[in-house]
Formats: sequence, C-alpha cells, structure tokens
Amino acid sequence: MTTTSIGSGRGAARRRALIGRAAFAGPGLVYVTAFMTVPLLLIATYTVLTRGRFGGVKWEFTLGNFAKALDPTYLSILGNSLLIAGITTVLALLLGYPTAYGISRLPRQWQAVAIVMVVLPFWSNFLIRTYAWIVLLNSEGPINSALVSLGVIGAPLDLLYNRGAVIAGLLYAYLPLVILPVYAAIERVDPQLQEAARNLGASKARTFWDVTLPLTLPGTMIGAIFVFVPSMGNFVVPELLGGGKTVMVGNLIRDQFLEARNWPFGAVLALSVVAFLVLLFALQAMVARRINSAGPRA
Amino acid sequence: MTPSPLLRISHLSKRFGQTVAVDDVSLEIRPNEFFSLLGPSGCGKTTLLRALAGFEDPDSGTVTIAGESGELDLLRLPPERRPINLMFQSYALFPHMSVERNVAYGLQRERLDRAVIRQRVDEVLQTVGLTDKATARPAQLSGGQRQRVALARAIVKRPRLLLLDEPLSALDRKVRAEMQLELKRLQHEVGITFVVVTHDQEEAMSMADRIAVMSDGRVEQVDSPVDLYTRPRTVFVADFIGTSNAFVGTLTSGGVMVPGIGMLPGQSVSADAGPEVTLIVRPEDIRFAPTGQAVLAGHVIDVQYFGGASTVAVRVEGVDRPVLVSCQGTTTLARGDATGLAWDPAAAVLLEA
Ligand SMILES: Nc1ncnc2c1ncn2[C@@H]1O[C@H](COP(=O)(O)OP(=O)(O)OP(=O)(O)O)[C@@H](O)[C@H]1O
Ligand SMILES: [Mg+2]
Repeated sequence: MTTTSIGSGRGAARRRALIGRAAFAGPGLVYVTAFMTVPLLLIATYTVLTRGRFGGVKWEFTLGNFAKALDPTYLSILGNSLLIAGITTVLALLLGYPTAYGISRLPRQWQAVAIVMVVLPFWSNFLIRTYAWIVLLNSEGPINSALVSLGVIGAPLDLLYNRGAVIAGLLYAYLPLVILPVYAAIERVDPQLQEAARNLGASKARTFWDVTLPLTLPGTMIGAIFVFVPSMGNFVVPELLGGGKTVMVGNLIRDQFLEARNWPFGAVLALSVVAFLVLLFALQAMVARRINSAGPRA
Repeated sequence: MTPSPLLRISHLSKRFGQTVAVDDVSLEIRPNEFFSLLGPSGCGKTTLLRALAGFEDPDSGTVTIAGESGELDLLRLPPERRPINLMFQSYALFPHMSVERNVAYGLQRERLDRAVIRQRVDEVLQTVGLTDKATARPAQLSGGQRQRVALARAIVKRPRLLLLDEPLSALDRKVRAEMQLELKRLQHEVGITFVVVTHDQEEAMSMADRIAVMSDGRVEQVDSPVDLYTRPRTVFVADFIGTSNAFVGTLTSGGVMVPGIGMLPGQSVSADAGPEVTLIVRPEDIRFAPTGQAVLAGHVIDVQYFGGASTVAVRVEGVDRPVLVSCQGTTTLARGDATGLAWDPAAAVLLEA
C-alpha cells in the first residue's frame, strides 16, 4: 500500500514536471511544428508523387523522382555543390578560427567592439552586398584596375562568373557564422586549463593543440555546419557571381519549383539536402559528447 | 647553519587595480622544506603561487631559484620552463581526458619512455587511491576525487618545487589525514620542496617545517609552528594561530597597566615593545586562582568539554571578549560561578599595540 502511494506520488510529480516543461516549450514548439515540421512532411510526401502539369502534384505514387536524382547530370551538380560548399567551409574555418581566437585575446571592451564589427554586414541587405561583389570583381572593377595600373597584370583578369567568385561570395556571406560560435567556444574554455598545460611543460602551441582545440571542436563544428549548409542551399550567389555557369543544388531546387514546375523532383533534392544536414548534426553531437562528457561509453 | 635557499623571493608585489594582492613579500624557501602559506581568504596566497608559476606578472620584485649552475632568474622563464609544478586551487583538470591521461600529460611533455610513464602514472594513482578510476573522466568524479587527481598530476612530475594550493581542502577528515602523511612521505622519499597553501591552521601546524602567516598581501611572520604559537610577533599572528586572550595597556615595571582593569602580569623580553602594548595570554597558560592570588575576577558564562580538555569562558568586568581558559579534563566550575584568574608573567607575550 505504501509503495503504491509513493509510486503514484512520484508519477504525479513527474507528470507535473512534464506539464511545466510543455508550458515553457509550448509556444516555440507550436511554431516549429506549424512552419517546419508540417512543410517538411509535405515535402517528404511530394517525393513519391507524380508532377502536376502546371506545378503542384498529382496523387499518384511513384519512385521515379528518386531514380531521376541519380542521373549523372544531377549527381554532378550535387558533387559541384558539395565541392563549393566544402571549399567555402574550409576557407571559412581557416580564416574564422584565428579571427575568433584573436578577438578572444583582446581586452574585454575591445572584444565587444570586434564582435559588433563581425556582425555589422548583417545590417545591410544580402542581395546588395552580393551585387557589390560584382562591382568589385568585374573587369573594370577596382581590383582589376588597381592591378593593371600597378603593372602587375597586362589585361584585366576574369575574376567574375566562375567558381572562385562564387566561393568568394559565399565566404563573405557566411564567415561571421563561423566566427561567432568559435568565439563563444573559446570564451568558454577555462583559462586555467591552458595554464595547467603550460605548467605541466607544454609550449603555447602544444597547449593550443592539446587543450584549446579539442575543447573548442564542438563549437567549431557548429560553425562549420552554419557555413556549409547555407552554402549548399544558396542560389543567389551562384546566380549573381557564378553567371549561371556554376549551378548548385540551391539553384536546381529553386528551378524545379519555380521554373521546371517539377515539385516532386524538387522535393527529392530538398529532402536529400535536409538528410545531409541531419547527418552533419549527428556527427557534431557525437564529437561533442566524446569531448565534453562522461567519457568512454559507460 | 641554514642551507642556501632553493627559492628566494625578494620584495615581490602584485596589484590588481586598487587591490594590492601581494605586498612587498620576501621569503626564502629552503631545499626539501615543507613550507606552508597560511592566511585568511583573500590575503594573496593564490596570487603569490601564480606569480611563482608564471601566470601573474609581478609589478616589482625578483624571484630566483637555485639551479645546477648558480641562481636562475625565475621570472624570466616561460611557465613551461620553470622547474615548478602547481596544483590549482580549482584543480583545472582537462575535461576531455581520462584520469590517467590527465596524470600522464606532464610526463608526456618530458618525452619520457612510454613504459616509464605508464609505471609512474600507476604508482601515483595508487598513492592517491584512484587506481579504479583511471579511465574515468573528471566529470564522473566527486570533488574529493578530483582534488586527488589534481594532486597526482602535480606530484607525478617530481619537480624541484611543488606548489599546492589548498591541496586537501575538499577531503574528509580521514582521507585528509592519510593524504597529509602521504605528502610528508613523498617529500622525504622523492626530495621535493613543498609550498602548501592552506587556511587550515591545524593542517599547517601539523605538517609544515616553517609557516609564513600572510595578511592583506603582506607576510606577517615566518617561523616554525612552535615559534609561531609561543612567540607570535604581531597581534594578527597571535590571534590567527590558536586562540588567545588579548589586553591592551601600558607597559610598566610591575606589569601591564590596563585601563579599567588594573595591573596584569607580563614582562618585556625585547626592548622594542612599549610603552603601548598588547598583552597576549594563551588559554592554557591561565589558571583558576583564589581571590587573594587572582589578577582578574569574573564569572563563568560557558563551559565546553572536548574529550580530554575543557574550555571555560569567563566574563570579566571591563573586558569586551570573554576570557578563555582551558584546563585538562573536566572542571567543577559551572555557568554562573564566580572565579579568579591568574598567570605567570613569563607566560604572557607582549606585542606592540
Ligand atoms: N585576476 C584578478 N583580478 C582582480 N583581483 C584579483 C585577481 N586575482 C585576485 N584578486 C584579488 O587579490 C586578492 C588576493 O586574492 P588571492 O586569490 O590571491 O587570495 P587567496 O589568499 O588565495 O584567497 P583564498 O584563500 O580565498 O583562496 C583578493 O582581494 C582578490 O580579490
Ligand atoms: Mg586562493
């Protein structure tokens, strides 16, 4: 009898805690369900339906959309996107990590200033900023004219409308997204851990390698995902700076929905990008767990 | 003759803004000495250790350490080149490494042979009683276990000078006593010089060869435990080490004249005390005396019995704090009893007020 009363008491307490938690998470949860989960389920459903003649879908089951995605043309676009997003991410890490590290070593009041400067570009329109790159890179732009007038090159270079321009544009757009999480991760590392490593005989470089880098790895991976994922999906930059030659998955998806009117195929492409993203986050979570927590599997 | 010091700290100062954390500290630590830094919270103990380890840049002063070829200017060496290991007050264990990797880290930096590292890590884990936790991460340990890992990580390097910042504070009484013995054993066996920070005076008294008592960034007195207790040089030290009764008065040929109380027994040993002095008497130096022989009279307000000895608090008219008297065994005195107190002039210590 005693046990049952304790048991039910505990059950009630647990229920109350659950209700309390739901009340907090509720509004956000409703929002996410309405505008993320439902559309995602729709997309998932579309992948096995037949395309409608003027867009939309016909409710006829097919697996043909998946087969189409395996066509070499589309696979090469996917490969191209992976390559461009991958290079952009690597460059963003190579540039962003040292920047974040440098900021974290500034005096307190300057750190705030530096962070504001990092996010400053976000205050102006993304399209306008991307157009600015066209001005910057075109054959009569400041870079080319400077190089020509300095005599470094004889004729203007083709800086625009190629893969390099796309990468430059994406890097510019998403670099802050790697700096911020890396900065946050570095800030969270207890300086005494670095001191402990030095005290035990590690040089500055060794300390960075053994302590700072592993402890900031989860944050760094978040930064990498923040750059990689939108780079994959971006279609504005490839269109403006790639001159239509450099088609990426983002362009392809947009075209399927808005121009080719092949919604089911667009859905397949969109879903595969989402699946890839989920995979990346799972990887990140795994690494974070290994580093922070309870150590080797219990 | 005292041996030449291992570490010589001269006029070291460090301030943080308005706070003077370390104020003109000069100390000499002898080889193989068990040296303790004792003082209340915030008196600059950690800052001093951090300056020695190379993590605070002193504003002024010098520190030299005896090396094979003469004295080395310690402050010019980067932290990793100093022959010193520090056990951090907050442990600073690497959260992403197992206990054994934490402990092995310092040995790996010396590029020692793998087998040697393995053996020394095993040994030290045995010493601190954590062999079964070797593969655990710091997050999986209790506070006391973490403290022992931090201790193991510092001692496994067998440095010339080992700085321990409150190494035993998180341990329970029994483990603490074991670790105290273990530290003493290590010191003798490996020949390490220890500087141990503590604010537990009993621990300092029982373990240290010499103790530096610090207050507000300054060193008040450096002496052996016995000398600190029997010959405190400042009122702060007298008050901080053990319990004491203090009376402020004027030194005369017949004793110390305390306003409102009268003449108390005490004699000046050094010439520099007086005429304004503080008279210090330890509780165990006071005895109960019949009215004729008593120098103070009052009534008992509290009796505490600690297995073996009793402490009696006596309220004396004109004295702010109750006078504490300790005596062997139990006492027949009870709360409210009137009693007289007396002591030998030689038992009292006179300090500059
Ligand atoms: N980084 C810092 N910035 C500003 N003030 C500091 C800093 N470190 C220490 N202090 C100040 O210096 C003084 C001495 O601090 P310290 O940590 O050396 O004391 P402690 O003797 O080790 O105390 P505890 O016994 O509590 O550990 C304190 O007043 C503290 O507030
Ligand atoms: Mg401290």
